[in-house]
Amino acid sequence: MSDLLTLSNVETYYGPVMAIRGVSMTVRTGDVTCLLGANGAGKTTVLKTISGAMEPQKGEILFNGESLKGLAPDVIARRGIAHVPEGREVFAFLSVEDNLKMGAYSRRDSRVASDLALVYDYFPVLRDKRRQSAALLSGGQQQMLAIGRALMLRPQLMLLDEPSLGLSPKLVAEIADIIVRLNQEQGVTVLLVEQNAAMALSRSDFGYVLENGRIVMEDKAAVLADAPDVQEFYLGMKDDGVRGGRRWKKRKTWR
Amino acid sequence: MDALQLLVAGVSQGCVYGLIALGFVLIYKATEVVNFAQGELMMIGAFIAYTFINILAWPYFYGVLATLLSMAVIGVVLERLLIRPMLGEPPFAVLMLTIGLGFLLRAVAGAIWGAEPKTLSTPYASDVLQLGEIIVGYGNLAIVLGTGVLCLALFLFFRYSRLGIAMQAASQNQLAAVYSGIPVARLVTGVWAVSALIAAIAGVLVAPVSLIDPQIGFIGVKAFAAAIVGGFGSLPGAMVGGLLIGIAEQFAGLYLPPGFSDVTAYIILLVMLFVRPQGIFASMMQKKV
Repeated sequence: MSDLLTLSNVETYYGPVMAIRGVSMTVRTGDVTCLLGANGAGKTTVLKTISGAMEPQKGEILFNGESLKGLAPDVIARRGIAHVPEGREVFAFLSVEDNLKMGAYSRRDSRVASDLALVYDYFPVLRDKRRQSAALLSGGQQQMLAIGRALMLRPQLMLLDEPSLGLSPKLVAEIADIIVRLNQEQGVTVLLVEQNAAMALSRSDFGYVLENGRIVMEDKAAVLADAPDVQEFYLGMKDDGVRGGRRWKKRKTWR
Repeated sequence: MDALQLLVAGVSQGCVYGLIALGFVLIYKATEVVNFAQGELMMIGAFIAYTFINILAWPYFYGVLATLLSMAVIGVVLERLLIRPMLGEPPFAVLMLTIGLGFLLRAVAGAIWGAEPKTLSTPYASDVLQLGEIIVGYGNLAIVLGTGVLCLALFLFFRYSRLGIAMQAASQNQLAAVYSGIPVARLVTGVWAVSALIAAIAGVLVAPVSLIDPQIGFIGVKAFAAAIVGGFGSLPGAMVGGLLIGIAEQFAGLYLPPGFSDVTAYIILLVMLFVRPQGIFASMMQKKV
């Protein structure tokens, strides 16, 4: 399969603080790729750099073989990258349907109406509430709305930033399943950023682990899920029954 | 009957405040910038109309049309030239910039058109409408009708047009709008054009009733109070705030000692800030954390 998105040696700063330190990664067409990491590892910054909200100081980002350097985020979105930001940023005072239509603002083709129906098929609850303002939706419904709005762009690549944040376990599983269905049925390539490593790894084809702004592990998701370091530090499993303690002594293999 | 006559005068004056307040609110909602030169834009609009209609002697209708077009262009140019380069600067700096712009526009208008008051001639302004014992000048009637039509047009535009909804989206959540591929920068330019257009309409409507001179832009200060009273960030609120202040001023002028009429706007503003600081139409919901 071909590479849809390639980052090579990307460095991004918040003022003087280097947030990502030379990240290189690849998202292959048709895959669900996940990017794991703890709080502050730089996951969100990686996504913001891809979608153009932040400008990388160094390195190169190729999408479909073309550089995204210097493009404004709305231009990048129109090229086919839909970013669903953390915290489900919806247009709070617009109706659900207007929110979705705004996702297709840049499109001029005639399939917008059928895509709207498609989004409603994936998220029936949104159809029921399509006249309500988005502020009145629950957290999970807002997340669905944000994903649905991104789908309305008909993107080649969807960047999902912590879609499980603040949702109940049942909803997390529901949304994760829909992401997989979107990937398989609509052919949307997905780059999924998650703290919920168990959910992300079980749904992904390939995974990266980000720590302190660096990629420290990368492999097929199934392999990552079996790696002892990932199991201990991200999946919360332990290889022995000793309570507490061990964690502080043991060092990660990449340190 | 006195009261009714005052009410009519107040509504007409309030519409003018409301129109300028609309301009404040539009730009504020879209960009979180307060454009303190909004009153001066109205003044420039009135002078441009005067130039087309009185100096160049164009027919009234075409003169107004040309005024609206030129003001929309001026709005675009101001945004591109002055506001866009300030992107990312603190709001305070942009605010100072617009205050400076107000001074500049006053000086420029004084240099071009001179300081002595002018009157915009219209086909209608000298006539009055007699309704029982109430006398309404056509000039005032035009203000009220024009404002009504404009409000309806704005409502339809923001409620139903794709562009209008996109402008709302961009003002509600700029980040999400950009990620959805909405060209926010271009929409912001559009908002400035619309807001300059509204200022021009206010200028064209007010010019036949009151005289035009470079100082009439100071009406913007009262309009700003109207915008706050209405709940900064609410378009209907801006209109209601404007009407409230306009009407109150007229009554204060008659029933209170001399001088009170001019401070009514600020008294209402103070009372409002004590009683209901979010304004009449509190559209701003507390941002969820």
